Amino acid sequence: MSRTLYDKLVDAHKVCDLPDGDTLIYVDFHIMNEYTSPQAFSGLDTKGLEVWRPEAHLAVIDHVNATRSSEPHDTASKLLIDNLQANCTKHGIAFYGLGDPRQGIEHVVVPEQGLVSPGMLIACGDSHTTTYGAYGALGFGIGTSEVEHVLATQTLRYKRMKTMRVTVDGETAPGVTAKDIIMKIVQVVGAGGANGFAVEFAGSAIRSLDMAGRMTVCNMAVELGARAALIAADQLTEAAMEGHPHSGQFAFNGESWSSDPEAVFDEVFIILGADIEPLITWGTSPDQSVPITANVPSATDYISPEAKAALARSLHYMGLSEGQSAQSIKIDTAFIGSCTNSRIEDLREAAKILEGRKVAKGVEAIVVPGSAMTRIKAEAEGLRAVFEAAGFEWRPEAGCSMCLAMNDDIAMDGERVASSTNRNFEGRQGRGARTHLMSPAMVAAAAIAGHLADVRDFK
Amino acid sequence: MKDKQMTKTIKGIAAPLPLANVDTDVIMPKRFLITITREGLGNGTFADLRFDSAGEQRPEFILNKSPWTRASILVVGDNFGCGSSREHAVWGMRQLGINACIGTGFAGIFYDNARKNGLALPVVSPSTRDLLLQFASDASGNEVSIDLERRTITAADISAPFEMDDATQTALIRGRDDTLDSLEHAAAIRDYEAGLKSKMRVSVIK
Ligand code: SF4
Repeated sequence: MSRTLYDKLVDAHKVCDLPDGDTLIYVDFHIMNEYTSPQAFSGLDTKGLEVWRPEAHLAVIDHVNATRSSEPHDTASKLLIDNLQANCTKHGIAFYGLGDPRQGIEHVVVPEQGLVSPGMLIACGDSHTTTYGAYGALGFGIGTSEVEHVLATQTLRYKRMKTMRVTVDGETAPGVTAKDIIMKIVQVVGAGGANGFAVEFAGSAIRSLDMAGRMTVCNMAVELGARAALIAADQLTEAAMEGHPHSGQFAFNGESWSSDPEAVFDEVFIILGADIEPLITWGTSPDQSVPITANVPSATDYISPEAKAALARSLHYMGLSEGQSAQSIKIDTAFIGSCTNSRIEDLREAAKILEGRKVAKGVEAIVVPGSAMTRIKAEAEGLRAVFEAAGFEWRPEAGCSMCLAMNDDIAMDGERVASSTNRNFEGRQGRGARTHLMSPAMVAAAAIAGHLADVRDFK
Repeated sequence: MKDKQMTKTIKGIAAPLPLANVDTDVIMPKRFLITITREGLGNGTFADLRFDSAGEQRPEFILNKSPWTRASILVVGDNFGCGSSREHAVWGMRQLGINACIGTGFAGIFYDNARKNGLALPVVSPSTRDLLLQFASDASGNEVSIDLERRTITAADISAPFEMDDATQTALIRGRDDTLDSLEHAAAIRDYEAGLKSKMRVSVIK
């Protein structure tokens, strides 16, 4: 029978069926961070349990650490950092902590270390674990109780999802990036539109993306509610497997990690690449986006009173007026970073825009490379010099930073941020902070213009 | 393992929270996440909705108004619990005394986290949700009852079915510990591992 890539991945990891309808599935590799794992370790302790297979786990520090220095900026974050290190030492788990040359945002570190390959099943206490679908691997986020479960059993209780395929066909215009593609998909399918689904991205516009672009797409798939995102493995994937510290460790042979041609999906969307423009979000949900050439919506664009009320609420929080042009939105801060867009490819794209230009007066511009290795590579390529000459602050330590502002990089009440991150929720970058999501090149353009701007005007 | 006490019915005053896409950053703002325990999160739950920046209660927020200060059930908007995987959101809701949220659909990780912590998330049709929103908005303090076994919700003259998968239903009724339950399948896990070729086992370099 024809199967989807998702079905193949779940089948390959099935340990046994459970009497209540769940399946026990095997986790090949599990990553932890410092803020969703402490209670999992204490759960093990309370129950007197051991870690099933310590070598199958990696812990990194990324969410709470400062990016100006490799020292914790306060005692609370130090507590989380020390706690994770102590738990890893106790249980014999690999730990890439502050100052380690391999440290960085979990979803940047894993591919860089060669710890993802087609056919793997990867779990992590973080919703953006969907990123690994870019490699034809099944990656998904779990809660802390499930982290405890993976540590103790190397498995998870799993309920098979429905399947959705989103095809993006045809060429995209110059200036349109992977970020714009996924923001368009989120706009079309809707936040929550893929709740209960595993989504496979297909089509020529997806296949022609490089691995970094594919990761950007799969990363943000969780913003449409997808519990898993997948892209079929191809020659590009194979090539990306080479040359990393863990390369060659995992080779799940005997399957082609793509959907069979006849495979049937429960739902299908088709988007034309030519219909995608560089996008910005104007609201407080990732599906509230418009092309940079367009205007913020007006109440007359909606029919139901609920939708009109939701618009009013978002605009009030964001400090915007109905129908205001996207490019008239002035910014205070420009942020390039996060597991969506802080890889070397992203920094190169932004640097292209910044070359020979200056950040607008009054705009604070920050770039936080996704990992220590990314930072070193970017410095060797001369990208740091480009960012600094333009007036960006180049942060020496990697981490999530302003993506969720759990460290000391916090936007103030009312502060408006052009951000290469993935969530524009109320309060995400700081209480009252206003986030506009866009591609890293668009953040660079906004930093120079002082307002949201069209990257295509920066030749 | 021995089952804990069974929970077959959840009953209580319901509060309407009709906003769509309430994310886990809103349910549990990040400043409450700097903790290594599960305790003390009740105060953080919906903190920015419940309190202003000076820490004063916002009188207009539903859970600050009588009779909803005693609410143990929420009737929520679409896609409740989206965003981050933080289980702190669920721990905090439980500590605030919330035992169930009724909605049209929930984000996946939030749904699974809820099940692990005895927070019931019955999924109803949009029309049932709207009826229940209306019912919950009435300040008379009438109770909503969720029958987990029969998968029905009743509130005065409203009676409607809800969706919940079997495993979640069992978990909520029995309140069991998934980790300990799964370890009863240790032999099957070892069998699976024995079938893996040598090139299929990750060993992370320390
Ligand atoms: S960069 Fe942002 S989205 Fe990614 S793991 Fe860190 S906090 Fe989560």
